[in-house]
Amino acid sequence: MSKNKNINTPVETAKVRDFCSKTKMIAIIAAVLVTVTIIGTIIRGLNVAIEFKGGTLITYQYTGDIDVNEAKNAISSIVTVPINVRSGESLESDAKELIISFTSEEGLTADKQTELTDALQAKFKDNAIELYDSNDVNPTTGSEFLLKCVVAVIFAAILIILYIAVRFRKIGGWTAGLCSVLALLHDLCAAFAANVLFGFEFNSNTVAVILTILGYSINNTIVIYDRIRENKTLMPKASLKEIINAGCSQSLTRSIRTSITTVGTMVALTIVVIISGYTSLLTFSVPLMVGLISGAYSSLFVAPVTWYAWETKRAAKGKAKKN
Amino acid sequence: MKKIGKSTFFIVLALILLFSASAVIGLDFQKGDNVSPLINGVDDIRLGIDIQGGVDVTFAPSGDYDATEAQLDAATEIIKTRLVSLGINDSEVYSDEKSDRIIVRFPWQAGESNFDPEAAVKELGETAELTFRKGSEYDTDADGKAIPKGDIVIGGKDVKEAEPLTQLNDDGEYEYVVKLTLNDSGKEAFASATAALAGSSTPISIWMDETMISAPSVNEAITGGEAYITGDFTYDSAKSLASKINSGALPFKMETSSFKTISPTMGEGSLDAVLLAALIAFICIAIYMIVLYRLPGVVAVIALTGQIAGSVAVVSGWFGFMNSSTLTIPGIAGIILAAGMGVDANVITGERIKEELRSGKSLDSAIKIAYKKAFSAILDGNVTNIIVAIVLMGAFGVPTSFFSKILNSTIFFAFGATAEGVVYSFGFTLLAGVIFNFIMGVFAARLMVTSLSKFKCFKNRKLYGGDAA
Repeated sequence: MSKNKNINTPVETAKVRDFCSKTKMIAIIAAVLVTVTIIGTIIRGLNVAIEFKGGTLITYQYTGDIDVNEAKNAISSIVTVPINVRSGESLESDAKELIISFTSEEGLTADKQTELTDALQAKFKDNAIELYDSNDVNPTTGSEFLLKCVVAVIFAAILIILYIAVRFRKIGGWTAGLCSVLALLHDLCAAFAANVLFGFEFNSNTVAVILTILGYSINNTIVIYDRIRENKTLMPKASLKEIINAGCSQSLTRSIRTSITTVGTMVALTIVVIISGYTSLLTFSVPLMVGLISGAYSSLFVAPVTWYAWETKRAAKGKAKKN
Repeated sequence: MKKIGKSTFFIVLALILLFSASAVIGLDFQKGDNVSPLINGVDDIRLGIDIQGGVDVTFAPSGDYDATEAQLDAATEIIKTRLVSLGINDSEVYSDEKSDRIIVRFPWQAGESNFDPEAAVKELGETAELTFRKGSEYDTDADGKAIPKGDIVIGGKDVKEAEPLTQLNDDGEYEYVVKLTLNDSGKEAFASATAALAGSSTPISIWMDETMISAPSVNEAITGGEAYITGDFTYDSAKSLASKINSGALPFKMETSSFKTISPTMGEGSLDAVLLAALIAFICIAIYMIVLYRLPGVVAVIALTGQIAGSVAVVSGWFGFMNSSTLTIPGIAGIILAAGMGVDANVITGERIKEELRSGKSLDSAIKIAYKKAFSAILDGNVTNIIVAIVLMGAFGVPTSFFSKILNSTIFFAFGATAEGVVYSFGFTLLAGVIFNFIMGVFAARLMVTSLSKFKCFKNRKLYGGDAA
């Protein structure tokens, strides 16, 4: 090979696969995902955490030692929603305390309160459990917070579409930007479905998962777009389909390798958490893992292929108008 | 770019190692018996209530005051803003309408020396009502507390914004003051009161609850809508007064009704699980990168170390100009995302180097072209994440911060200026991580790989994933 190859020589190393003809598979997967999410939400319901929904906080004082998990088991049959039990110590009197929280629709009735106290006192006979305080609380961050989150995410998405439209104007930036957001929705849907199917609470960890997927998914798509943009210059004669297929194929190795590291991190966290018993962290690691896997797939298939379909349709329409 | 020589690698490596070591270990400064951290290390990081636990305080109205629902909501919002102003990014604030109580939980662990929960609770529960009054007379009640008597000229609600400043005093020395920008109602009231008092012997006294800060006499009418509070301030006390005024006053007086510790949301010891998982993941990624990309893989691991150290440094307050903030699970998510993008940057470049080598280019030009081509993808990917981070920081940061001011007056005009530390801390660690990604994963990695390729023993193309020359 000659040594004076210039920088713009296309590099033909990856075997080109036909990504663009996978529209059927992409549509089926997306449809399944949406169906699972909707049906799952209807059947399993959405468990919104106390910080978003409000609920009941009860404090008991006791003596001796009580295992937090045993206390949780003792009352889990009385309350149907997920319960959080935490231990504490009064800074005023050094008394040991159990702090129980769960979401509730209309506050806690006196009967239910007595039932809970009785159950705990029956289970821990030697610990002199006594009710110290009980509050029905408003959500700490209610619907306004979630709404503001949604507006913030939409605003960020608009800015991202604008940015992509400018940076990728050579390859039709607007449609590319919109398709990247479509891929993002796909990934969020996947993470949400995982959350619902595993029966996790929707809590502040879930918000973190959604935001992480937002960043990761867009980054992934952009890396692929970048390759397509580069191919446009390198392969001036090639059709849009060829350019996209080449771009996706060239990025395949990178996508798989990067995903192995990110997904692997979440697998490591999930395993450690299961072994050590801190299962609350699963609400973070599992949906994120699912979202990351979906992100790797959607950036190679959903974003570029829907974009291709859109551009082709637009071109066909333009042609029809001319005739 | 300047010519990169053989020594560059060692200089960059030494800098990264030095930075990482100091960010992890920190440095204490001992003067007599007082140990104060000179450089904050990992030990100085304040962990969130979700992984470390904290305190749980219940505030109730003093006496038998019955707060309305709106007052309770307002008080809850003010306490949330105060928490973020105190650098507590992670908290739970619940309100109970039936008993008018506000339950606040924030991170703290027994034995923590650089944070005093009682002082924080005191500050949170302060009414913090700012008043400017005619005259400086006051009565003293049975407990020895001052009760100001003068008519109120303006109060906290007349203030648009407060900020700490330095200004030259009459003796020609610089002193700290708090500058108040008044809103329209305040501007008018202040102008007419100062006009009435100008030249008289009656001063205007400035009070924060029952404490008189100062009582300056009025020389002339002040019509510009700006007022300055003077009085033996240090930078910290001026800043704290300004943020108290900015957070607003509680609509009613409150006192603490219970104060206790509380175990972490995620369970005691969950931090160890997270750290163990992070360590396992880091080792696996390091082995994986080195096996896949050989020499650039080694460089990638060094760069990744530097990047994670950067994130740690930002959270711990390693940089003198930034305060430390609490690290929560969402904050950790921000670090993971940025680190993932750092790995991605190195994967993209590593793949490019391989491709260019396979196409028959010389080692030097392959490295040069690979970094050049990879950069546009890395730039675009990271810029979009900077956009996300800035929007989140603006939407959920302290209302007076730079990004919040811009966004709250435009996009989020329909919402109250709520500060939500959890989302803010995600944006914060993401932004910092992405910036370090440019410094470490792109700039430093490029310097190191280019420099290494000058060594004779590292000329072998196989070391970069290419075929043997």
